[in-house]
Amino acid sequence: MTRKQRRMTMIGGALAILAIAAGLVLNALRDSIVFFSTPTMAAEKQIPAGKRFRLGGMVEQGSLSRGDNLAVSFKVSDGGATLPVNFKGILPDLFREGQGVVAEGALDANGVFKADTVLAKHDETYMPKEVADALKKQGRWKEGEGGKPVVSQDTTSANTTNIKPSVTQ
Amino acid sequence: MIAEAGHYALILALALALIQSTVPMVGAQLRDTALMNVARSTALAQFLFCGLSFLALTALYVASDFSVANVFQNSHSAKPLLYKITGVWGNHEGSMLLWVAILAFFGALVATFGNNLPLSLRAHVLAVQGWIAAAFYVFILATSNPFLRMAQAPLEGRDLNPVLQDIGLAVHPPMLYLGYVGFSISFSFAVAALIEGRIDAAWARWVRPWTLVAWIFLTLGIAMGSYWAYYELGWGGWWFWDPVENASLMPWLSGTALLHSAIVMEKRNALKVWTVLLAILTFSLSLLGTFLVRSGVLTSVHAFATDPSRGVFILVILCLFIGGSLTLYLWRASSLKQGGLFAPISREGALVLNNLFLTTACATVFVGTLYPLALEMLTGDKISVGAPFFNLTFGPLFVPLLLAVPFGPMLAWKRGDIRGVAQRLLAAGIAALLTIALVWAWTTGGAALAPLAIGLAVFVILGAITDIAERIMLFRQPFATSLRRAVGLPRAAWGTSFAHAGLGVALIGIVCETTWNTEFIGTLKPNDVAKLAGYELTLKEITQRQGPNYRESIARFRITQNGDEIGEMVPSKRNFSARQTATTEAALLSRGASQLYISLGDDTTTGAVAVRMYHKPLVLMIWWGPVLMALGGVLSLSDRRLRVGAPKPAKASRALQAAE
Repeated sequence: MTRKQRRMTMIGGALAILAIAAGLVLNALRDSIVFFSTPTMAAEKQIPAGKRFRLGGMVEQGSLSRGDNLAVSFKVSDGGATLPVNFKGILPDLFREGQGVVAEGALDANGVFKADTVLAKHDETYMPKEVADALKKQGRWKEGEGGKPVVSQDTTSANTTNIKPSVTQ
Repeated sequence: MIAEAGHYALILALALALIQSTVPMVGAQLRDTALMNVARSTALAQFLFCGLSFLALTALYVASDFSVANVFQNSHSAKPLLYKITGVWGNHEGSMLLWVAILAFFGALVATFGNNLPLSLRAHVLAVQGWIAAAFYVFILATSNPFLRMAQAPLEGRDLNPVLQDIGLAVHPPMLYLGYVGFSISFSFAVAALIEGRIDAAWARWVRPWTLVAWIFLTLGIAMGSYWAYYELGWGGWWFWDPVENASLMPWLSGTALLHSAIVMEKRNALKVWTVLLAILTFSLSLLGTFLVRSGVLTSVHAFATDPSRGVFILVILCLFIGGSLTLYLWRASSLKQGGLFAPISREGALVLNNLFLTTACATVFVGTLYPLALEMLTGDKISVGAPFFNLTFGPLFVPLLLAVPFGPMLAWKRGDIRGVAQRLLAAGIAALLTIALVWAWTTGGAALAPLAIGLAVFVILGAITDIAERIMLFRQPFATSLRRAVGLPRAAWGTSFAHAGLGVALIGIVCETTWNTEFIGTLKPNDVAKLAGYELTLKEITQRQGPNYRESIARFRITQNGDEIGEMVPSKRNFSARQTATTEAALLSRGASQLYISLGDDTTTGAVAVRMYHKPLVLMIWWGPVLMALGGVLSLSDRRLRVGAPKPAKASRALQAAE
């Protein structure tokens, strides 16, 4: 091979790999990202049933009820709209009524949010950042709820975003 | 008193760092030996004072001096001693102090072991280290002083977040920082080379051991963090594509690429400009990681006590160093002498391929991590990019890389014979195909990708073994000869094999755990039996216990298999009174490389307890892999030609010949 051919092979190979990677990234960004919504935003956007999104808000006081076989239902509210949520599994250690929560899943045909992952705040002062931001935007934010970590739990083991502990990296 | 002394030591360290970052540079310009030698003494003194400052904070934690705000917020007098000490870096201020202490430590190492470096190179390297250190000292002193006193000393502290009260905190952050910050050395070498406008194979020989040390720690740090998350969070996940994990994975990927490109530079005097760029990028990604974690711009569990002013400050440091070094690179890179090109089918060609895939994979992680941030700034939409994105991008890029891994070390330098290598890898390939068929038959058609991935992993492992077998002429020479050859083989060759095999081992673990993980989630009463993957798990009793700073409820399980008792598992749930929080302590039972995993959920009203149980086949291989890789790194590091405080040039060339 001549010098020129060698150089072209190298550059061609590099470009080919980059092009493949760019294709993969664009494809994945179209299909596999999940949007965040509060109940109000969900109502405004008319999110269709079956479309996955992250629902954030406060767990409404007195709305938590436990059924058979670890089935749980509760309502998520952002002060404006409210959405009923069904979940099957074990709730995070710090899931409580009246506090912030983020759930991932999709609406079913009856307008009930079927969550497969529930993330809840991890300590007394925590409020999920996305929930706090959304509530601030809607003017329903009360000061004094600073930012501290989330820990999440889910029942499907792999394939869900989750967050792990450890402070310093 | 101790707090003030610690604070003062930190200010002195800053002053020393400022001297270290300027005087040697001037000395190098004037070719003044005395001024250049200032770098060495200031680096050592800077480490001394920074270390004293770190010890002072540790002493405050051990003594539970709650008049210091940082101790009050993150410690408790009833906390066990170990967690008092680890609590030092379990918070923002302390972890930044650990960061600079490790930076100063590496600076001191270069000062101590850099005797055979050209004087001006050493002066420049240490000066660049001084810049980084000075920037971070200013950051700590201005925005995150850990020694701040409170007007009134409270009687009791607020305790450390219970999730962090674990041995994992003692190991994971320091390991990770040794990795992150260790890459600052290769960065400083790269910047020094650009300033001097001179770079050669010897440069690569000096840089490689430092990069290797950082890489070993980063590998272990990431693996340790993953195992910690696995047992501490209570649901058995070990990698979440969380922004902060990605922040540690990116420097690992580019650092791995750097390790490989430095080999080409050392042996063939090629890829110089690229290697310098990788060295800059790797440390830039480490800085980016620090920024992502410390500024809290991305929602993450790691973003403890975040504060916008700190974020802006780190962003400024980030722009200064990344922007500055890349500008310097653009300006000076052309002045570095280019090495020759080479044939695509050759050892160096394979290493270039490795670099291409690693950096591209790193770029996809970069996009996945920062895209939500960019989108939110541009459109206000909040999105989360999770595992599906990375499975679709990172995964496909790693497949060809892994396929190529066994070929790389067997190709000759300059001009490789791909067919010859393929012949030698035939046995490994056939074994891999057989594995695919066997796994396929055994799992009767389940997930199609899993058997293929396991076949690939087997190919990587057998390829690594084949390489060694070929080199020692196993079965072609009498066994004694092979043994003698094995002993005489350069340690770097063993290192390569171990590291590559580790990749395959980790892949088997990852595939088995994600594909054949079985779980049971439900409520159990005492004497209920749950059946999982051929094991019977019987809940014996539920009891309460008082720990040093928590109360816990404990469930006792008896584990049997076909009626034979094989062990007991005791998961618990702890309630920490100081912070009113609970943690789940999972119970693990290892059976070979597989594990049973039980964690407790809420108590239900009826006296039953909610539990989740998992059987995770071969899950331990996920962490054995990185341990093998790190072991490979250590072996490679112990190779004669790479020893820190490397041999003199004359000796080195002899060692090189022996290695060839």
